[in-house]
Amino acid sequence: MRNSVYLRRHWQLYSLLLLPVIYFIIFKYGPMYGVQIAFKDFNFFQGIGGSKWVGLDVFREVFQNNNFFKALRNTLMLNLLDLIVSFPAPLILAIMLYELRITWFKKLAQTILYVPHFISWVIIGGIVLQVFGTQSGFINNLLAGMGLDAIPFLSDKNYWLVTYLLIGVWQSAGWGTILYLAALTGINKELFEAAEVDGASRFKKILHISLPGIKTTIATLLIINLGNMISIGFDRPFIIGNVAVRDYSEVLSTFVYRVGIESGQISLATAVGLFQALVGLIFLLASNYASKKLADESIL
Amino acid sequence: MSERAANRIFDVFNILLITFVVILCLMPFIHIIAISLSSSRPIMAGLVSFFPREISFEAYTQVFSDMSMIRSLGFTIFLTILATALSMAMTIAVAYSLSKRDLRGRKWFMLIIVVTMFFSGGLIPDYILVRNLHLLDTVWALVLPGLISPFYMIILISFLNGIPKSLEEAAEIDGTTHLGTLFRIILPLSLPALATLSLFYAVGRWNGFQDALMYINNTDLYPLQLKLYQMIQNNQVSDLMQQEGLGMNKLMPESLKAASVIFTTLPILIVYPFLQRYFISGMMVGAVKG
Repeated sequence: MRNSVYLRRHWQLYSLLLLPVIYFIIFKYGPMYGVQIAFKDFNFFQGIGGSKWVGLDVFREVFQNNNFFKALRNTLMLNLLDLIVSFPAPLILAIMLYELRITWFKKLAQTILYVPHFISWVIIGGIVLQVFGTQSGFINNLLAGMGLDAIPFLSDKNYWLVTYLLIGVWQSAGWGTILYLAALTGINKELFEAAEVDGASRFKKILHISLPGIKTTIATLLIINLGNMISIGFDRPFIIGNVAVRDYSEVLSTFVYRVGIESGQISLATAVGLFQALVGLIFLLASNYASKKLADESIL
Repeated sequence: MSERAANRIFDVFNILLITFVVILCLMPFIHIIAISLSSSRPIMAGLVSFFPREISFEAYTQVFSDMSMIRSLGFTIFLTILATALSMAMTIAVAYSLSKRDLRGRKWFMLIIVVTMFFSGGLIPDYILVRNLHLLDTVWALVLPGLISPFYMIILISFLNGIPKSLEEAAEIDGTTHLGTLFRIILPLSLPALATLSLFYAVGRWNGFQDALMYINNTDLYPLQLKLYQMIQNNQVSDLMQQEGLGMNKLMPESLKAASVIFTTLPILIVYPFLQRYFISGMMVGAVKG
């Protein structure tokens, strides 16, 4: 079909694409143009184009900045610990939910367990302060009632780390079951029936049918998680963290915000962001490749 | 032990364990609700755990009579509806066009969009862009930058691909235009997916915090999350200072903090049960695709 004829017939589809494409160009590719200020001595008066090129000076500054390395270390540390603590929880919970025979109870449990996923970190932060606060927090009130000393859950960095991780489990475990439950539902029912005939116990069935049945899902999710090791959300460390535990709670996302927006070191913060984006891209491509490979193999 | 007995024991244990986890999950909420409904004497004495003591609605009266809180609620509702409506319109437009597999140039459009899922300019270039477009301290700073989520777009495309092509072809033979097909056939068949994505966009906007922190200085345009954050933050600083013996600022009453938290959460908790069945099926569609 000639182009003009094709266009006359399908122009509506292209006009539907017009605004979204403009959106992506302005709001997604626009900032990519702005990335050049990582190589410039940026100031707002001269703008992005007018500021002076300084080559790799800004990056030299980044790599001599101790706080940058601390933020990088904390990002990797929090993500890794989070993976260790928060990864198994939804898996175990999903298997338990799958074994439930009472439908209404299962539905009710799921409904409640999903709720924390829909609660903002600001609200969670407010709840955390009420529950873990040193002065008047719920847990420390209980401890005081038993005549025990208060535990600085939020103001000592090691306790803070534990608190941070536990909150993560609470927030994500329920929602994380969804994909596992979908995979479990996809397992051939005949396998379970055959095992029943052979007299296999419930534990045996979980071990030899349920878990192998969802091992691809587990591996894929693990790979995706590993691929996101260097990217970390802003809200959680920023809100749950505080000045007293900055040593652990300052991560790349909050560091960029503080250096760039609060202290106005625009070029430095952009360079840190660019570093993070590039390393993140490598991680992401590697994990994408790995999970594609995994999917192909599981089909064979 | 007979097999049936073993099965029963397993079931009982499983139910008990899940009940325990569910209670653990709810405990923080129940505590907050109890605090918000108690008067300050038992709170200060550390007597309130899961049941309100000396019930008082004082905190809620105060929250609801705080005009800045009500204005913030009104603004957040307006913002959420505006952002969700525009996001959905845009996402539908792009997903419908790109769900046509033989659309010429489709691959290029996909590429332009998918690249943005892997690489972004970053926080500071985003900020400079919003600043240069003179969007700081306007509602548009909270609407436009996150207008289309490529991830949700892919979910919608894979849903649309599941609709039998014969329906569209029949309409096309009847001479219906693409837009006519979209409105008369595709959209009515996609209601579950549209409900799911609307919920995701709306919850994301309702809970959104970082962009407001960066782009909004005018307190009239504070979304609830930012307002709540500042309330709690000021309080946390004084909590830390008290602990270090640095200052004796008057703390905001605990019950008022708790009531504000409930106030901000309630709208989500009200809508959530009704839309729950939609978003689970929506998640599945997304999961299948990857």
